[in-house]
Amino acid sequence: MSFHNSKTMKITVNQVSKRYGDYPALDSISLEVPEQSIYGLLGPNGAGKTTLIRILNQITAPDSGDVLLNGEPLNRTHIARIGYLPEERGLYKKMKVGEQAVYLAQLKGIGKNEAEKRLRKWFNRFEINGWWDKKVEELSKGMQQKVQFITTVIHEPELLIFDEPFSGFDPINANLLKESIIELRDKGATVLLSTHNMASVEELCDSITLIQKGHSILEGKVTDIKRQNDTHRREILVRTDDRQRVLNLTAKHPDILIENAGEPDEMKITVMDESPNDLIKDILQIGQLVSFKEILPSMNDIFIQKVQSQNEQS
Amino acid sequence: MNKIGLIIKREYLTRVRKRSFIIMTFLGPVLLAAIYIIPILLALHSESDKKTIAVVDESHWFEDRLKSNEEQTFIIVENMPIDSVKTLVQEGYYDIALHVPPTQLNIPSNAILYSHKQVPMNVESYIRNVMKKEIEEQKLLASGVDPDIVNAVKTDVNLSVMRMDETGNEKETFTQVQFTLGIILATLIYMFIIFFGGQVLNGVAEEKTNRIIEVIVSSVKPFQLMMGKIIGVSLVALTQFAMWIIMTVIIYFGFTAVVGLSNPAAISSGTVLNQEMVSADIMNNENVMQVVNIAHSIDFGTIIPCFLIFFILGYLLYATLYAAVGSLVDNNTDSQQFTLPITVPLMVAIISSFYIINNPDGVLSVVLSMIPFTSPISMMVRIPFGVPIWQIVISIILLIGTFILMTWIAAKIYRTGILMYGKKLTYKEIFKWLKYK
Repeated sequence: MSFHNSKTMKITVNQVSKRYGDYPALDSISLEVPEQSIYGLLGPNGAGKTTLIRILNQITAPDSGDVLLNGEPLNRTHIARIGYLPEERGLYKKMKVGEQAVYLAQLKGIGKNEAEKRLRKWFNRFEINGWWDKKVEELSKGMQQKVQFITTVIHEPELLIFDEPFSGFDPINANLLKESIIELRDKGATVLLSTHNMASVEELCDSITLIQKGHSILEGKVTDIKRQNDTHRREILVRTDDRQRVLNLTAKHPDILIENAGEPDEMKITVMDESPNDLIKDILQIGQLVSFKEILPSMNDIFIQKVQSQNEQS
Repeated sequence: MNKIGLIIKREYLTRVRKRSFIIMTFLGPVLLAAIYIIPILLALHSESDKKTIAVVDESHWFEDRLKSNEEQTFIIVENMPIDSVKTLVQEGYYDIALHVPPTQLNIPSNAILYSHKQVPMNVESYIRNVMKKEIEEQKLLASGVDPDIVNAVKTDVNLSVMRMDETGNEKETFTQVQFTLGIILATLIYMFIIFFGGQVLNGVAEEKTNRIIEVIVSSVKPFQLMMGKIIGVSLVALTQFAMWIIMTVIIYFGFTAVVGLSNPAAISSGTVLNQEMVSADIMNNENVMQVVNIAHSIDFGTIIPCFLIFFILGYLLYATLYAAVGSLVDNNTDSQQFTLPITVPLMVAIISSFYIINNPDGVLSVVLSMIPFTSPISMMVRIPFGVPIWQIVISIILLIGTFILMTWIAAKIYRTGILMYGKKLTYKEIFKWLKYK
């Protein structure tokens, strides 16, 4: 592995505030991004995600608070160690693809020859080698996205910041992108992923923070958060010849919900109880237990629930 | 290579490779050369425009006085009524008919020119002059003045203007040449500022609207990007300018070689402004001497460095403003209100240059050549007439100071503006950006 990938990067955001006029974009936000992980930056529109990302990229400076990378205050030498794919992205339309990618790599401090060598590898992998001498405006949107992704990672940064990386990709290319992101993490990169696509959060993120109105309202590992927000919902599938006896269970267990399942002799019982042992015993007497499933809330549910309850409080 | 160098290189190369740059590089000198060559060609081909003028002079006073030359031929028509001559003009046998009825000294002459087409101005004024002089002479003779005295009175005036410098040296000045030179230099600076300032504006707006800006400023500071663009475009402007000069010289040499007009004085003087003088009578030694005098009267040692300094500083000052405005562009209609404050001082400068040219040392002229937003243009109008060195120095210092101040302000506006989308901007809002950290 090259020199850069032998290092990792941890982000510490400490009480950072940023105002635009009277509007507080970030309000004393603190968070910790562990090294070599994929970290989800979630939150409704206008929550301050982009402002935080721009502070990390030193595009803008915080009014107060500090940001540490591996314990070191943010400075210009960090620029070459960060790769940033903004939500609103674009390339010089009239410039040739290869020339432009080399230029962007050079701006990140990579020498011309090295940049070309690395780019050729990525172009092969993304199967866009034939596009080197085409002008960007001749490329489809999806193709441009691939080029843009490559230019983001070409300098092998320790910290990668992706803002809505999957928008504009078809499912096949989105998958290629996901694999690449996981691979980059496995090679040592810290990935900060800002997205509204909760499915990709569940799929990719190790930890997340949920930002609202400029501060973090939820932070932690995805699995931990799911467990903490467990509503103890369990789904039990029963096979029986006597449906009435199943329905009669409600007399003893008033909180359960009984529905018809797919097959005519199967019924689904939903219960909100961490260990419904009594119910199981009763079920075993009237039928056959097909399955028992713990239903954890989706990140989507947690997102909506947290943001709404926060809105009600204020 | 450092980052600002990379940006300058990209800005420069993408522009000079453009087809429009190459076209302008070739077209510019052709247009410039045309300005000098066309008068020469016209002078050379005036033979074909020679007018034949039939003269029916019933007074017989002017017949001998009207002299044919390369522009006109006078034919004295005897014993033919004017109506017949007019018919000949109608038929195209003559171009013009001059009819002078019997004339008495006390009665104003009633001469008439008949023509199918417009009578050339010089033909008309020549005839008018000859007749006026002849009548005046006749009147003097009639009142008993000695014919010798009448002849002695005839005068051609030769007025020279000498300008004295501080050391008391006298130098012949050619107001017409200074006038033309001043206007040309000022117009060149004006055009270059508008054109290349516009390129900076478009370049900034392009990066903003195609959204590459955020990627770039995550690698370089907005200030580096802004200055890289401004410097890159300035190099394009200088390249264009150098190419024009080279091309113009080549075209000029080529032309003079082709038409066989060897005039080393005009060429070695390094200017092509004297063409009017040269073209009038290129073979005339007296005129060649005139050209040499004119060339020596122009202080190129001051004009060329001043032009470069005021052009570069003027461009830099305005380019920072254009960059700031470019960063405000969201849709094109919005930018108009912010472009206006830039164009107004430029317009003031170029319009007032017609005042300055007539009064290069007047108070208003001096003031305009000091104010940094007008000085690059106004000073260039004055320079060919000679400007005290202390005024030039003060003007340059003010220009540099304002450029630094404006760069600071523009950079603040720029770095906020480039990332601002979909917001209706007001001057009040932009003013707030100056205070952002």
